[in-house]
Amino acid sequence: MKPLPAEELKEKAAEIRQEIIKMLVLAGSGHSAGPLGLADIFAALFFNILNHDPENPHWEDRDRFFLSCGHVAPAYYATLALAGYFPMSYLKTLRRLDSPLQGHPERMKLSMIESSSGPLGLGLAQAAGYAYAARMDEARFRIFCLTSDAEHQEGNHWEAVMFAGKNKLNNLTSFIDRNNIQISGDTEEIMPLEPLRDKYESFRWNVIEINGHDFDQIISAVGSARRESDKPTVIIAKTVPGRGVSSMEGKYEWHGKAPSESEAKQALKELKYKK
Amino acid sequence: MINKKLNLSPKIFKRDIEMKATRDGFGEGLVEAGRNNEKVVGLSADLSDSVRVSLFKKEFPERYIEVGVAEQALVTIASGMAAYGKIPFAASYAIFSPGRNWEQIRTTIAFNNVPVKIVGGHAGITVGPDGATHQALEDIALMRVLPRMVVLSLSDAVESKKAVLAAMDNGKPTYLRLSRTDSPVFTTEKTPFEIGKAEIYWESRDPKVAIIATGPLLYEALNAARKLSKSKINSLVINCHTIKPMDEQAIIKAAKIAGAIVTVEDHQMTGGLGSAIAEVLAKNFPVPMEFVGVNDQYGESGNPRELIKKFGLTSEDIISASKRVIRRKNN
Repeated sequence: MKPLPAEELKEKAAEIRQEIIKMLVLAGSGHSAGPLGLADIFAALFFNILNHDPENPHWEDRDRFFLSCGHVAPAYYATLALAGYFPMSYLKTLRRLDSPLQGHPERMKLSMIESSSGPLGLGLAQAAGYAYAARMDEARFRIFCLTSDAEHQEGNHWEAVMFAGKNKLNNLTSFIDRNNIQISGDTEEIMPLEPLRDKYESFRWNVIEINGHDFDQIISAVGSARRESDKPTVIIAKTVPGRGVSSMEGKYEWHGKAPSESEAKQALKELKYKK
Repeated sequence: MINKKLNLSPKIFKRDIEMKATRDGFGEGLVEAGRNNEKVVGLSADLSDSVRVSLFKKEFPERYIEVGVAEQALVTIASGMAAYGKIPFAASYAIFSPGRNWEQIRTTIAFNNVPVKIVGGHAGITVGPDGATHQALEDIALMRVLPRMVVLSLSDAVESKKAVLAAMDNGKPTYLRLSRTDSPVFTTEKTPFEIGKAEIYWESRDPKVAIIATGPLLYEALNAARKLSKSKINSLVINCHTIKPMDEQAIIKAAKIAGAIVTVEDHQMTGGLGSAIAEVLAKNFPVPMEFVGVNDQYGESGNPRELIKKFGLTSEDIISASKRVIRRKNN
């Protein structure tokens, strides 16, 4: 796909946010805060960064994207639909019986995704295994992974961090959605993650910190990850959970909750794209 | 008598029968798999020597991946490699893989339907002196409950070697269960092996009991059949190396012919081979059944022979179970 400039990405992100709200209100359950907070990163990935072709989803040279924190599925699904991977009408079926859009993404029901996800801490290891295998064959595409901050409390994740650092997987770029919330509260109260930068650096990773709502920063961070010659890169993206909806912004209570009809109406009003 | 069509070892009941662990057969099979198919990769969690991936590592160092003492990473990294198109054999001790990393196997391998081969070495009480913490007696149950998972439990080194090559080609998530301890090699290169097909190793006219065994204890079952025949009790012995998918037709046929079943496994009675057979029979053709296996207990240190005696897994225990089940059938 042709990369879109920042101004158009903004528009895409607004559409993603609106679709997230519409999906969640219809589904009646699901996660609101994380998906809204990640809309800009999803827009940047699928409309600018990733080398991919929705017409040919299994194209061999495509960049690979692994979503580790599967609970942000609404953002992922809205993005895939807007990119043309499946009809927009699918979005109305989120979490319903027989829907390809399961509560958490399922590869066997959605063949264009690289992996099923939901249980936390598993995505980076799969992405790292994929990156290792791709490098064995000198494949030229890149492997991206999107993780949540709280899944850094899982041991499996750090096993993968060690593995990727040891093996200098410079074809691997991982994003952290650093929104500081998790289901029961603030990450730093529940199980502190800081200093994240130092942790990754000590595991031999290239670390970049950005504002996860700034398209220029997102795109340029990936650019410098591409230039890194012997380390995997982690992009710590500071985001606001619930971004764009004033009643949800920064509130952990919205981690695993869907809006009511009236809340959704208000949210959609706020999310209207303004040039 | 021994089923002659299967080309079993002529030394099967001789004192000088070759002794070799199933893990050694696996190690040789993996090297052969590596030679046959360049997509095959070997992974281990700091146990390459003791699970015998070291032979593969020596011949194909560029296709061996060391993940350190990290069994969760072992299978999730393997999942990513399989998604790419490799055929990963991820090996550790069964107590750690699938013991420690069950949910990782469920989500990233079985649910995702990628063809990772999970190799659980040092399974069963016959691990011996390492003791209960290292004796996996639950791994068959953990793996057979997963949709899409193929579950293999190998009875000797030659069969294990064949299983590696068959698993390489099956395109499915597959568990291979192996033992540490040297055990009799009673099959030969010519003995048929097909995933999903149970074979009758010992047959006799008008059998009174069918003994269905998996893993190296199959040899105890064959010895039991031989001793039973000396006391005029005819039996069948079936090698059930594939726990899933179960060869239901073979099991139902055996139940119809013999009218009584004994299952034999180095695993908990709950959830393993015995349970799998009981499910088939309950649905299709219920007959009296006895279970030879570990009875809701943990193991302990000791040498393998002492342990199978203490925990009731010897040919003598199989004989007693056979006599019990025949009595139940006749009552």
